[in-house]
Amino acid sequence: MRRFRTILTATLLLTADPLHANDIAQDPRRSGATFMAPETRAMQDDDTANPGMLWVQEGEALWTKAGGAAGKACADCHGDAQASMKGVAARYPAFDRELGRPVNLEQRINLERARHQEASPLAYESRDLLALTAFVARQSQGLPITAGQDPQLAPFVASGHELFTRREGQLNLSCANCHDDNWDKHLAGSAITQAHPTGYPLYRLEWQSLGSLQRRLRGCIFGVRAQPYDFGAPELVELELYLMTRAAGMAIEAPAVRP
Amino acid sequence: MAALINVPPRAKRGDIIEIKTLMSHIMETGYRRTTTGEIVPRDIITSFTCRYNGAEIFRADLFPAVAANPFISFFTIVAESGTFDFEWIGDNGFSATAKAAITVE
Repeated sequence: MRRFRTILTATLLLTADPLHANDIAQDPRRSGATFMAPETRAMQDDDTANPGMLWVQEGEALWTKAGGAAGKACADCHGDAQASMKGVAARYPAFDRELGRPVNLEQRINLERARHQEASPLAYESRDLLALTAFVARQSQGLPITAGQDPQLAPFVASGHELFTRREGQLNLSCANCHDDNWDKHLAGSAITQAHPTGYPLYRLEWQSLGSLQRRLRGCIFGVRAQPYDFGAPELVELELYLMTRAAGMAIEAPAVRP
Repeated sequence: MAALINVPPRAKRGDIIEIKTLMSHIMETGYRRTTTGEIVPRDIITSFTCRYNGAEIFRADLFPAVAANPFISFFTIVAESGTFDFEWIGDNGFSATAKAAITVE
């Protein structure tokens, strides 16, 4: 009976209200931010309360700092990041022709360092790499995610999706078991959320620091008691790519704040 | 060190304004151990002060229970145009300063 009533209500909702018949259907996808307490959202929305902005500030300083054997700064080629980096984070991971595979934003920064600055790569999750990534990502704040549009990426998106739905670890769970099937529930008091990576790199209160999407993914993989892939592993990049295509069209929030 | 300061650029005489500060710091408690069992030495900010045209208007002592990147907000009554000077002092000789100007009409 209850089920019947649910269906009936749903049908009424769909058929009634001719006034709004032409409205665009509201996106049922939700950013992780919509699962947060109002206080945490306020923290994210206020640039002087969002700790992620500390990294953005440091990234801005690094942007104009000359480095490597070439003695060049990011700004020497890219100029004002506000113009040149606008929308860049929204389309990453992107295809790198030389490598023949997708690279994420952190890897792109390190590739640019190697190819143009003749500098050594920055370690994953190091302060400087997170700062530069946050600074670049910040320039796309509010823009819709466009990752995965390049047709060359199609096979990598597919393998990312395959990873998302593959059960693994001692708990024998896939990402989809939580983030597709149970996103409206809680896991030990925490909202499960829909796996839309709109805000990375982001400040997690639990981490007491900024962190990358790969750090988050490794945390989840560890959580199902599987062996996490190394930072920068092709599998993690493919997973990242699939997640970004899943969130295509949603607005970039970086640097976001999450509990 | 990076700091984020939020002071309204202008206010009316007698207004109550909110000042928000966010300081970049790891706030290592000194209670954690490494995987090999050694204690990670304490590294925290121990004191924060705010001066308004030279006069101290706010002071806070910080302890290991304070989270990383301490966010401190407080209120004050503005009397005259001038400068707010902020200072953070901590372990291992940590010292950072920042300032913000306000125009009072």
